[in-house]
Amino acid sequence: MKSNSRFFQTCATHAALSAYSVLALFPVLLIILNSFKDRLTIFSAPYALPNASTFTLDGYKNLAATARFDLFFLNSFLVTAGSLALILLVSSMAAFALAEYKFRFNSLTGLYLAIGIMVPIRLGTVGILRLMVDLHLVNTLWCLILVYTAQGIPLAVFVLTAFMRQLPRDLTDAARIDGASEYHIYWLILPLVRPALGSVLAISMIPIWNDFWFPLILAPGESTKTLVLGAQAFLGEFVNDYNAVLAALTLAIIPPVFLYLIFSRQLIRGITAGAVK
Amino acid sequence: MSRRRPFPAHILVFLAPAVLIYTLFMIYPLFDSLWLSLNNKTAGGGSVFVGVQNYQTMFGQDLWAKPFWNALRNNALFFAIHMFVQNPIGLLFAALLGTRIRGTRIYRTIIFTPTILSVVIIGFVWKLILNPAWGISRGVLMTFGLGSLDTPWLGLESTALVTLSLISVWQNIGIPMMLFLAALIRIPEELLEAARVDGAGAWKIFWRVQFPLILPTVGIVSVLTFVGNFNAFELIYATQGALAGPNFASDILGTLFFRTFFGYQLQPADPYMGSAIAGIMLLIILTGVLIYLFGWQRRLQEIRY
Repeated sequence: MKSNSRFFQTCATHAALSAYSVLALFPVLLIILNSFKDRLTIFSAPYALPNASTFTLDGYKNLAATARFDLFFLNSFLVTAGSLALILLVSSMAAFALAEYKFRFNSLTGLYLAIGIMVPIRLGTVGILRLMVDLHLVNTLWCLILVYTAQGIPLAVFVLTAFMRQLPRDLTDAARIDGASEYHIYWLILPLVRPALGSVLAISMIPIWNDFWFPLILAPGESTKTLVLGAQAFLGEFVNDYNAVLAALTLAIIPPVFLYLIFSRQLIRGITAGAVK
Repeated sequence: MSRRRPFPAHILVFLAPAVLIYTLFMIYPLFDSLWLSLNNKTAGGGSVFVGVQNYQTMFGQDLWAKPFWNALRNNALFFAIHMFVQNPIGLLFAALLGTRIRGTRIYRTIIFTPTILSVVIIGFVWKLILNPAWGISRGVLMTFGLGSLDTPWLGLESTALVTLSLISVWQNIGIPMMLFLAALIRIPEELLEAARVDGAGAWKIFWRVQFPLILPTVGIVSVLTFVGNFNAFELIYATQGALAGPNFASDILGTLFFRTFFGYQLQPADPYMGSAIAGIMLLIILTGVLIYLFGWQRRLQEIRY
């Protein structure tokens, strides 16, 4: 009796989760699948796999001829990598100071940096644009890197400080007795917080890669477009060229999925670590 | 270390880069934006302090007040749909995955996949799928015998906003699911075992044991949903354009801010009124965050001790 109902429960659970999994993947797979088919088949048999007679790369060729997706991709990569490097460097330094030293304004500084966890940086867009105009950074990749770094610092400092506080104090004291400078000690601590750095990396990465708002406002020029902005502009222009639209969508979908598959463990750890408090 | 010094230099060196970048590119612009909302342009092209006049205009003149209240109402509905559809379903999935059935990891990975894609891309994907020209939505609905439900969902004033909200729910459901799942897994197995020994069923265990223990996460998910939704923009912009059509039926505060700040069609760009809208958004979001910090979190602590 009992095991029978347990079996039924398990089946119902699998049914519900599988049904939703199909719903979650269906739109994405449909886009990717159809991007490799000729125009006629996209409409006549949208669910069919591409075969020898319907397979085509027309959409991608069209794309390559009209938009600089290679450049957009490079821009996205530079912005994301640059921001992440800066976030990790400056946040780990600040977190080290907050976790390691007792000084006046320690908790006040921590609190000040934490405001940005809850207040979205976007609300200061008007001020950011004015500042970037004054600094002559509009339509450069630097303005995006600086904004994303500012955006990423609060959560990164918060997570890294919490992690560094858990390290045994004997470690740093021993190094100090050996005559290591404070900067050297910071350098020795870094490898010990690698898991936390990984989590910060994973949770900061995808929002930066995917952001649309700041590229649209701060760097909409043809040479600084990121992949998402480039794809959006292209999609708006070529609305009726289904091959090209589907190809553009597929190209925009692949990088984050790729990053997700590589970093999913760190990402999941990071999401939960960031939200514990 | 204990000697009285002005301030240890190495601490400054460690803190300075983060504090400077954060202050210059986040805190200063926020205040600059608020300051700008208290100014207006003069005939000569300069700007002059006008106090709260822009806010009075926003609420007092029909030309501004009507679109504002429309956007706020839409935004409230957008939030409500996330709060009462996305989060309960996310919790349900987390509870199902928390039973540690086989394939938990695969389900979790798949359900989270849409979350990692750009909102803009998701908007276009759904726009294509719902486009009658391609006919995917019609085909799928017919398969399930629901052909009568087929309408241009994004094109009708009555359905556009709800459709967009549900697309956003579809995309973001992985976040509450992950957070709830992490909280459920942290509950000690002995507690659940004890309840089982007492003869409680899964339903009862969930509501009497697990749910009360994950209340802190319920608060976090709620406040994250609130902040995210009152700050949303991309999905509406990508699918409906800056005009948030049809006839502003899907206009929310983010799109209203964008149009006001940058101007559109015949309306000239107005950074002052744009800043005022951003100021109101900041106020709304801060209110939500403060209610969470002082209302929800504090009350939970009182219960615990």
